[in-house]
Amino acid sequence: MKIIKKICAVALLLAMPAVAMASGAAVHLDTAPVNLQDTASLQRGAKLFTSRCLACHSAVSMRYNRLGDIGMTEEQIKVDLQLPEDVKVGSTMLATMDANSAKLAFGVTPPDLSVISRSRSADWLYSYLRGFHIDTTRPSGWNNIVFPGVAMPHVMADLQGEQALESHEGHGAGKLVLKTPGSLTPVAYDAAVADLTNYLVFMGEPAKMVRYRLGWIVLGFLSLMFLLVYALKKEIWKDIH
Amino acid sequence: MMNLLTKLVGWIDERFPLVSMWKEHVSEYYAPKNFNFWYFFGSLAMLLLVIQFVSGIFLTMNYKPDALFAFTSVEYIMRDVQWGWLLRYIHSTGASMFFVVIYLHMFRGMMYGSYRKPRELLWIIGMIIYLALMGEAFMGYLLPWGQMSFWGAQVIVNLFSSVPFIGHDLAILIRGDFVVSDITLNRFFALHVVAIPLILVLIVIAHLVALHEVGSNNPDGIEIKKHKDANGKPLDGIPFHPYYTVKDGVGVMGFLIIFCAIVFFAPDMGGYFLEYNNFVPANPMKTPEHIAPVWYFTPYYAILRAVPPLFGSQFPGVVAMGIATVAFFFLPWLDRGKVKSIRYRGPLYKAFLASFVVSFVGLGWLGLMPSTPTYTVFSQILAVVYFAFFLLMPWYTKIDKCKPEPDRVTFK
Repeated sequence: MKIIKKICAVALLLAMPAVAMASGAAVHLDTAPVNLQDTASLQRGAKLFTSRCLACHSAVSMRYNRLGDIGMTEEQIKVDLQLPEDVKVGSTMLATMDANSAKLAFGVTPPDLSVISRSRSADWLYSYLRGFHIDTTRPSGWNNIVFPGVAMPHVMADLQGEQALESHEGHGAGKLVLKTPGSLTPVAYDAAVADLTNYLVFMGEPAKMVRYRLGWIVLGFLSLMFLLVYALKKEIWKDIH
Repeated sequence: MMNLLTKLVGWIDERFPLVSMWKEHVSEYYAPKNFNFWYFFGSLAMLLLVIQFVSGIFLTMNYKPDALFAFTSVEYIMRDVQWGWLLRYIHSTGASMFFVVIYLHMFRGMMYGSYRKPRELLWIIGMIIYLALMGEAFMGYLLPWGQMSFWGAQVIVNLFSSVPFIGHDLAILIRGDFVVSDITLNRFFALHVVAIPLILVLIVIAHLVALHEVGSNNPDGIEIKKHKDANGKPLDGIPFHPYYTVKDGVGVMGFLIIFCAIVFFAPDMGGYFLEYNNFVPANPMKTPEHIAPVWYFTPYYAILRAVPPLFGSQFPGVVAMGIATVAFFFLPWLDRGKVKSIRYRGPLYKAFLASFVVSFVGLGWLGLMPSTPTYTVFSQILAVVYFAFFLLMPWYTKIDKCKPEPDRVTFK
């Protein structure tokens, strides 16, 4: 009986292992410094996102005024993010370029980014956005070490500069070297991408911090209820022998 | 005030058997006093049914069963609907936890021989609930219309097309189209929201009626009805209310702590409760490189993949998977043991049950992994262990050296 119990306990634990869902990606991913409480970083990320990404990508599930959650006022949203006259703060984030022209330009429709941080991990996004390099064989002139053959060109090349992939040993196992510096130092560029990644994680689930805060209250309440019901059970059962 | 209430109950009772029903099923339903930890899962399954109904009703108010809008309507629920994220996570966590609870509930029945005479029908009704639940979960999983929703449904429906002669038409009948499409989404929505819940409620009631007819089994696997007092009440039985209402209340609180910890802190459970790839909208033109069903189906999925195709047809695997699912139905007649409970069974049964648990969990893990030759061999070995538990049961339960059962239940 004891043995069976133990086997079951172990078996149940084994049923939910923390094994990564293997996707075959052999490339090394850098750890993204995500901090959803750093509103300054999230706001910088939001500015980068609206200025750099929204030209081609959309975030149809994200409303501009949701940026209030990361401490931006309506005025800031309108002015800092340079919202066009016809876009209301309550509207969702649509791409400047329409999907058809984007498809004609790049060969694929740029994916919607509302929940991109939930399908791709933060680490993936952080590594991808820093992984562009010059590749003359590609139509766009760019390739990516994290996503080989990607249709997207490097839209932040003016900030990062131009990287090249060197010592190509077999499959994608190369080293990125900065050939032409951009307007940001490598450290500053990494920080900017960290902000953008942080923002993408926030946008993937804006209610996440609310969820964490509320969770502790709920668990506290349930623990008290547990003790209460347990005491009641003890009391009612005391004459059962 | 009290007088008014008594009058009201009296008024109802002259027209509806309120008091007698309350007595029969609650206050004078005698349950064995020696229930242990494993007996929490029946009431927890009922709790989950209610949780899924309530959260599901509110989700239905905001969800759009349309291939164009389904994916974004889920994100709309997550962002723009008040408490929508909570409803969605309760419902998605509820689906997985329902299977956790049901699997433990079934395992309890297997440990203590709860399927044995006179509870065969009770067990069979329970198994029908399990099958209905699998259908409910499968169809519900299509609704978010993500890549895994779409391709999971595509793979499973394609299994039906491997049935000889009628397979092709059968798959079209299920999908309503040549591929999983908007039409499939609409019919799965109707079945998920109306048809199967209705069936579930009816068979859950039948399950309870059958249970209260034969009375609950207990960890000792002996009948408490053998020893009754002068009033005809079982000596080892206690009224369900207040004893088990309050004890199940403790179970409910303990369960809700775990449940809410998942809902608030790990709703995707590392990709097992909510698969990462399902945050990509369904795209019929782009097959994901690795399609894995949700964890609660993976033991059967591993069995399906373990069986080699015959003349290029997957049908033998599909049959094996089907048999693996319905094998539980036959337990009451496969088991020839002299005792019901594992407490008094011999070492053979214990060894077989333990290896069954290992095979079930092992297959579940293998079903999540991409298929490799090594994993396929593991799956084949575990599938043999799985089926051996059922096929050899008449033999090993009969020759097993059982211990004598006690006359009265053991308590404390």
